[in-house]
Amino acid sequence: MKVSYYPGCTLKTKAKNLEDAAVASMAALGVDFEELTRWNCCGAVHSLADDDLIHQVAPVRDLVRAMEQGSDKVVTLCSMCYNTLARANLLMRQDEVKRKTINDFMNEEKDYHGEVEVLHFLNFLRDQVGWDTVRNAVKVPLNGLKVAMYYGCTLMRPRNVAIEPIGDTRIMGEFLEAIGAAPVDFPEATTCCGSYQILANPEAAHDVSGRILESAIRAGAEAMVLSCPLCEFNLSKKQPEVLKKNKISREVPVYYFTQLLAMALGLGQEACRFDLNSECSVELLKNKNFPV
Amino acid sequence: MPIEISEKTIKRDFIDKVIKLSGQDINLCFQCGTCGGACPMSDKVDTVPRRIMRMAQLGMEEALEEVKSYWMCASCHSCTVNCPRGLDIAKVMEALRLLTLRKNVNMFEPSSLDAETMRDLPQIAMVSCFRKLTS
Ligand code: SF4
Ligand code: SF4
Ligand code: SF4
Ligand code: SF4
Repeated sequence: MKVSYYPGCTLKTKAKNLEDAAVASMAALGVDFEELTRWNCCGAVHSLADDDLIHQVAPVRDLVRAMEQGSDKVVTLCSMCYNTLARANLLMRQDEVKRKTINDFMNEEKDYHGEVEVLHFLNFLRDQVGWDTVRNAVKVPLNGLKVAMYYGCTLMRPRNVAIEPIGDTRIMGEFLEAIGAAPVDFPEATTCCGSYQILANPEAAHDVSGRILESAIRAGAEAMVLSCPLCEFNLSKKQPEVLKKNKISREVPVYYFTQLLAMALGLGQEACRFDLNSECSVELLKNKNFPV
Repeated sequence: MPIEISEKTIKRDFIDKVIKLSGQDINLCFQCGTCGGACPMSDKVDTVPRRIMRMAQLGMEEALEEVKSYWMCASCHSCTVNCPRGLDIAKVMEALRLLTLRKNVNMFEPSSLDAETMRDLPQIAMVSCFRKLTS
């Protein structure tokens, strides 16, 4: 199986643990993950202004690259890239007038009409690989590790790009069960972590992140998985500040979902990259006798 | 404090701009407040989304310029997916931001980031912050 893969800039620098684990896992599952030979930053956020088409050019270019490569699907890992690419794709499929303006503007490129499908890695795992294949490939089952499923915003909103219908989200739970973990749902699973406000209004971001961590702890989670490097930054890298500000006494280990997949598939440290996670995240796995 | 609302205070061209930029018929808002209930920032902002919608309907351009809450919006779309009138409130927030940013104003100074912060920061944090808060 050959699949086009769009990494995005953060996965090449600050979130190597999200990417390396995914690419190695795909190889272990027999999927030929082919990175787009040329790609550019998608812009990280979808432009919400109706007159602002110039910011759609970057994500559309990436979709044209995938089309040129002969793919009908492009898979992304970063939740924000997923959202940005998927929304630009919808625009190109649904808005005739804007599609024409954008295609005319990029006259050096092939015309694009939304030919490519944008998939998040979780949907790809479920629909193209299949949970049974994943389950059968597991070498190190997670032994019922209680993991909070944090979706955040950009996988779930707005509705027209949600990776699953809002209110009926099972995908992360199915994934965790397939690798032997015990999924923990919690009330703040889709609450925003504060996003880019971590730069402009860090105190406010710490507050909302605190709410998320507290809610996961109260639901009985031992750890948390997520799929977005900005969520990871706010909830894990900034966790010491968040815990202090919100007077939370317990640390919460945080992993990218791909890291737990790679570990379950029995892949080594060069794939799992737990060296890039927080200390408490590594500690928990050691205490549970997982190979770290 | 009483607020004067009259033909004089209602800025029609401002209302038109907000509607055009956001693509949302803000007059549909019936002030239920669901958006604020869903907003992760609502306990930290000076003006909840419901109130912003009302101020926009009434063309309160100057008063809205003083409001800080759309600068604290994280574009999380919680308001949007919950509005019973189907309004994309996140787009209204963006329209209000752009009406200021397009006057060449920065609400965040990229140069204020020190090297230590930059070292750990994921690119998406910077790209999205600059996209939302700088001109
Ligand atoms: S969303 Fe990001 S990580 Fe994704 S490509 Fe764009 S800026 Fe980079
Ligand atoms: S960074 Fe926050 S705002 Fe973004 S996807 Fe993650 S949860 Fe959402
Ligand atoms: S949820 Fe919709 S209708 Fe209700 S106050 Fe907000 S914008 Fe208005
Ligand atoms: S998009 Fe902005 S206004 Fe709407 S709920 Fe999120 S933070 Fe609040």
